[in-house]
Amino acid sequence: SCVHNDEVISQQRGNVTMKLLREQATVCCYAFECSSFLTNPITYGYMDGFDSAVQCVTVLYWVCDPQMIARGKNASDLFPAVVKNVACKNIEVKKLVYVYLVRYAEEQQDLALLSISTFQRGLKDPNQLIRASALRVLSSIRVTIIVPIMMLAIKEAASDMSPYVRKTAAHAIPKLYSLDPEQKDCLIEVIEKLLADKTTLVAGSVVMAFEEVCPERIDLIHKNYRKLCNLLIDVEEWGQVVIINMLTRYARTQFLNPNMNVSTTEATAIVKRKPYVMDPDHRLLLRNTKPLLQSRNAAVVMAVAQLYFHLAPKAEVGVIAKALVRLMRSHSEVQYVVLQNVATMSIKRRGMFEPYLKSFYIRSTDPTQIKVLKLEVLTNLANETNISTILREFQTYIKSNDKDFVAATIQAIGRCATNIGEVRDTCLNGLVQLLSNRDELVVAESVVVIKKLLQMQPEQHSDIIKHMAKLTDNIQVPMARASILWLIGEYCEHVPKIAPDVLRKMAKTFTNEEDIVKLQIINLAAKLYLTNSKQTKLLTQYVLNLAKYDQNYDIRDRARFIRQLIVPTDKSGALSKYAKKLFLALKPAPVLESPFKDRDHFQLGSLSHLLNAKAGGYQVLPDWPEAAPDPSVRNVEVKESVQTYPLHPPASDTASGSESGSGSEESGSGSESEESNEESESASEEDEEEEGKKKKKNVEKIKARKPVPESESDSQPNTIASVQVFDTICKPAWLYMQFLLNPPLPVSVPQTIIPSGNLKTYELLHRITGEGLSVEYCFSRQPFSPDPHMVAVKIQFTNSATSEAKSLHVEDAKLQSGMRIKEFPEIEVLPAGETISVVMGIDFCDSTQAANFQLCTHTRKFFVSIQPPVGELMMPIFMTENEFKKEQGQLMGMNEITEKLTLEEKCQGEHAVVQRVTTAANLSRVPCGSDKECRFAGKTVTSGSLVLVSVVTKEDGAAQLTVNCEKMVIGTMLVKDIHQALTQ
Amino acid sequence: MQLPAKMIHSLFLVNSSGDIFLEKHWKSVVSRSVCDYFFEAQERASEPENVPPVIPTPHHYLISVLRHRIYFVAVIQSEVPPLFVIEFLHRVVDTFQDYFGVCTEAAIKDNVVVVYELLEEMLDNGFPLATESNILKELIKPPTILRTVVNTITGSTNVGEQLPTGQLSVVPWRRTGVKYTNNEAYFDVVEEIDAIIDKSGSTITAEIQGVIDACVKLTGMPDLTLSFMNPRLLDDVSFHPCVRFKRWEAERILSFIPPDGNFRLLSYHVSCQNLVAIPVYVKHNITFREGSSQGRFELTLGPKQTMGKGLEAVLISSQLPRGVLNTNLNPSQGTYNFDPVTKLLSWDVGKINPQKLPSLKGSMSLQAGASKPDENPTINIQFKIQQSALSGLKVNRLDMYGEKYKPFKGIKYMTKAGKFQVRT
Repeated sequence: SCVHNDEVISQQRGNVTMKLLREQATVCCYAFECSSFLTNPITYGYMDGFDSAVQCVTVLYWVCDPQMIARGKNASDLFPAVVKNVACKNIEVKKLVYVYLVRYAEEQQDLALLSISTFQRGLKDPNQLIRASALRVLSSIRVTIIVPIMMLAIKEAASDMSPYVRKTAAHAIPKLYSLDPEQKDCLIEVIEKLLADKTTLVAGSVVMAFEEVCPERIDLIHKNYRKLCNLLIDVEEWGQVVIINMLTRYARTQFLNPNMNVSTTEATAIVKRKPYVMDPDHRLLLRNTKPLLQSRNAAVVMAVAQLYFHLAPKAEVGVIAKALVRLMRSHSEVQYVVLQNVATMSIKRRGMFEPYLKSFYIRSTDPTQIKVLKLEVLTNLANETNISTILREFQTYIKSNDKDFVAATIQAIGRCATNIGEVRDTCLNGLVQLLSNRDELVVAESVVVIKKLLQMQPEQHSDIIKHMAKLTDNIQVPMARASILWLIGEYCEHVPKIAPDVLRKMAKTFTNEEDIVKLQIINLAAKLYLTNSKQTKLLTQYVLNLAKYDQNYDIRDRARFIRQLIVPTDKSGALSKYAKKLFLALKPAPVLESPFKDRDHFQLGSLSHLLNAKAGGYQVLPDWPEAAPDPSVRNVEVKESVQTYPLHPPASDTASGSESGSGSEESGSGSESEESNEESESASEEDEEEEGKKKKKNVEKIKARKPVPESESDSQPNTIASVQVFDTICKPAWLYMQFLLNPPLPVSVPQTIIPSGNLKTYELLHRITGEGLSVEYCFSRQPFSPDPHMVAVKIQFTNSATSEAKSLHVEDAKLQSGMRIKEFPEIEVLPAGETISVVMGIDFCDSTQAANFQLCTHTRKFFVSIQPPVGELMMPIFMTENEFKKEQGQLMGMNEITEKLTLEEKCQGEHAVVQRVTTAANLSRVPCGSDKECRFAGKTVTSGSLVLVSVVTKEDGAAQLTVNCEKMVIGTMLVKDIHQALTQ
Repeated sequence: MQLPAKMIHSLFLVNSSGDIFLEKHWKSVVSRSVCDYFFEAQERASEPENVPPVIPTPHHYLISVLRHRIYFVAVIQSEVPPLFVIEFLHRVVDTFQDYFGVCTEAAIKDNVVVVYELLEEMLDNGFPLATESNILKELIKPPTILRTVVNTITGSTNVGEQLPTGQLSVVPWRRTGVKYTNNEAYFDVVEEIDAIIDKSGSTITAEIQGVIDACVKLTGMPDLTLSFMNPRLLDDVSFHPCVRFKRWEAERILSFIPPDGNFRLLSYHVSCQNLVAIPVYVKHNITFREGSSQGRFELTLGPKQTMGKGLEAVLISSQLPRGVLNTNLNPSQGTYNFDPVTKLLSWDVGKINPQKLPSLKGSMSLQAGASKPDENPTINIQFKIQQSALSGLKVNRLDMYGEKYKPFKGIKYMTKAGKFQVRT
């Protein structure tokens, strides 16, 4: 109890100090306290005193807090004390030490090196998470001396077994690059290696590294292009953005402009071009990015939208509009960015957004910057058909309290009026009405816009000009005054009586006007002098004299220039003859343009586009090439050729008669597995009655067709529960289990030896659904030679119809991304009553997702799907007992799943256990000294992750099942399947 | 040589009075004086939400979001998609909210250690690392009152002792080893109706924005499928990454392994105007007479097309013109309030009883001598309709595969007003 008391006291003390520390952290004695706290807990057995963990964390937090640093409390003198904690077991302490280390390492290089060994040890840890975090921190320490160590660590991690560690390696690359750009070449090698990685976890991070280190090395992408396209949908969202942006650039260098023909039809109609055919890889990119428009992440949606805008044929770009409009429902910052991009797009592709016109209507609660952008879009979308609706909307906006917005609306009306001739008069009238608005800003803005509109057809609008002339008495906004004066000067012939009067008034107020107004008064005076010198000569001279002594030299300058030009003197040169022509020339009407015009030379969605200026590190979006570069660079070397495809000798079964031409079309895994399809009556007994009947019928059919060779082993009834086939067509297949006693063979053994025939057969297409064609499949458990990462699936067609089936083939595979199918070669003819077997390869990507595809005959198409039991996703490997133990030791923790079970009566005994496990999963037995334990090993087909299974039997049928697998989902499912196999 | 580093360099949190109360740097430290450019922009902006989200400065770019009256200002040095940063910042705010219940300055200051730990995990070298809430919660346990007490007593901390596994699995959004005694899955179908109604009561634009929020507490690795009676209604959808897109494309069925806990499964959009029934109508008569210092104000609300469901939590707000000095109004029910400084009128109506329609009538006093305001105020309406999704969307069934137990399933429907405005 004494100890207990001590603990309580020290704990209380800890809490009090913690509080004190938090409150008094700003007090100057802070640094001293910190150092004592930091060293004490460690030297005095920090490990067993839990209260000190809290102290440690608190202190460390304050040490790392940038606010302390901002207040001049540089905590770098605590470095030695802090860094000692790096070896601490408490994760929170550890993490904070990392934060501190990364922050101060640059200042305390020598001391930082002390901690390096800890990380180096961490890099070798059997736990992948520890390896990853060690690399993460090590690479964040900005100390040049350790560059070689970092380089080495990155290289090693890049070939680590765990994809998570490889991802961390990819993250470390830009860090090392910014620390020492000299390492670029070495880093590119690592990037190249990681780009070839097949896991989604790595893809985003390595492309990020690529973009930072060597975005110019587009050649590195070729071989990985298709893979990146296929993985895209499963990459985490931030990685998706980076990959899509990079692929946009890539596609611009490698493919031809899909709109080439459209844009050049008129210009180069004479020059006959080759008809454009889209590169299938270009199509692949468009197809695989499209679903991401449905992402919840706005950045992903924007990335796809810009990809479509820059790469898709015109007819297909439309799909992005809906998604972009959806984003406008998001936070106002998202809206702001999206609207900027929509504004640019809507100039080029107006039709795309027209159906969503109303989504851009403005609400009084929108922030002004959003309102103005929406207005921009509405203006861009205006055309003859919708202009009346848009103008009606604009009328509401003009009444708004938000004056900046009203001004923008008036500008927008002006733009609509210039773009659409039909409504010019309507707009003009509307704007003229605004001239009597009470708000001066509104009037001023209207004046400026009217001025621009009037320039288009001044003759018809002298009354408007008169109206505006009157405004000079009231309106004070300089820009508006200047505009009015310019108008009167320009069209003084239309208002001959008023113009001199305006000049008279202006001459009176000249000295008090703003500079732009003064310049326009001079301008007006000059023009009147030229057209109506009788009335205005004196006024003009008066104005020019005032201007001569103005403070602004521009105005003085202008006055001098104009006097020389218009007032004839003996000295005046040849120019004054042309004065009238100079001043009263017909001026082209201004074009009111969108500020977003031509902004699409920047990649949309980029920062540079938003700012309309090139930001640092911006990669220019290249123009389409004139001629497409060689597309074959993207071909990946796979040993695939139709001839070599089925490596097995033609099966000696009934199907051989149907072989047509090429014997290679026919393949099978030999007669043994054929036999395994046969059935003993007992199999259907446990099935549901109805199901059973059907099956019996089928079975009888098979039997009738082909005599059954008696199988030597006992057949076991089995339930269908372990097989889930999600396809609608697939009825639960009738299952047969025949146990042959020989254990499966390791892969290293040549494949001519065929593994045991205990294969389950599943139904792919029922005879009735298939109109006489029935299809079954089984996992032949043989290596699929064209591609070792595929699972071989043997498919058996039986034509029980009266006519022959022609051209059986696979079409339109709908696969989860990453999954691949190697189709079997087309079967040209399957005569009535015949059976034929072929092998196809499916890369399930180590998942039990079904592969969906269409099975086609010359007349029909059937949707079918193949879903593998988890045990078929692996292949056996050979291992010694020691190797097994060693590997098992590496896959501890969350990679290990253990379950206790009671063996079913018939299953007690080593023999039966081996039998059932190898039936449930494609594993090979590992020799073992004890007869109480059975061990099995295999690796997953796609990624080659180890799968280790051990079953330890105890008394009374109790047993313990252990599965070690890096892929935890596979492990979990496998435990379930084996558990079932052993207990039922 | 310092190369321009991509992505997020630093983060500053600025409160409404313009103080930086937290900063975090992922690379070298950027002086907080960089925020002066932000403050300049803030001064120029008339309203807090008018600060441009992207501000260029001589050496950096500032990208900011405003949430809960806190500006989250990210400092970046070179080209990066602005939405990337904005989306990330919002994710940070969502995470804080998830962890602390609210995202206020006080909450952030109280949990400053957790905040730093979270930020450290969410970005690595400025690039997003772990943003899934399920993974973060494995790394850093959210603080709860109970845990705070326990931590103080036992001296343990918020950092998970177990190494996280979610990042490694093929379902990165779901943590492993989930166990519940009561297995439940709840789905809330919430629809918001956005509309602009014009003076005469006709609909200018109306659309429905819906979400399905889920709270799934199921043991193990359940694989769920959710099907709708009328999936064709959904015009445009966006999914949580867990939803199998191809299955949706082919069969219009949502098939997914859910994250553990709360998450947004789906958001959707119904835009076909004919489908959007407007559930409320407003009769209004707001007039200002020229020269008079009085204005009339009359407002009556009534239900319309609500499919028999009652309108609840009705709240009216309106920004009255600047010239209005005060109001003298009588609500037939509920309470009303007028702030003479901000000119904001709000009327908390409560439930609408179709037999006795609520109204707000009376007069407004205007500034003497001032001219008649140009614009009549816009009326913003908020309301709720329980147990009904306005679009008519109905969940057909929810099935679970992959686990043996029978979960408890619940589905709730609700309709709310989104940005619902009536122009007068």
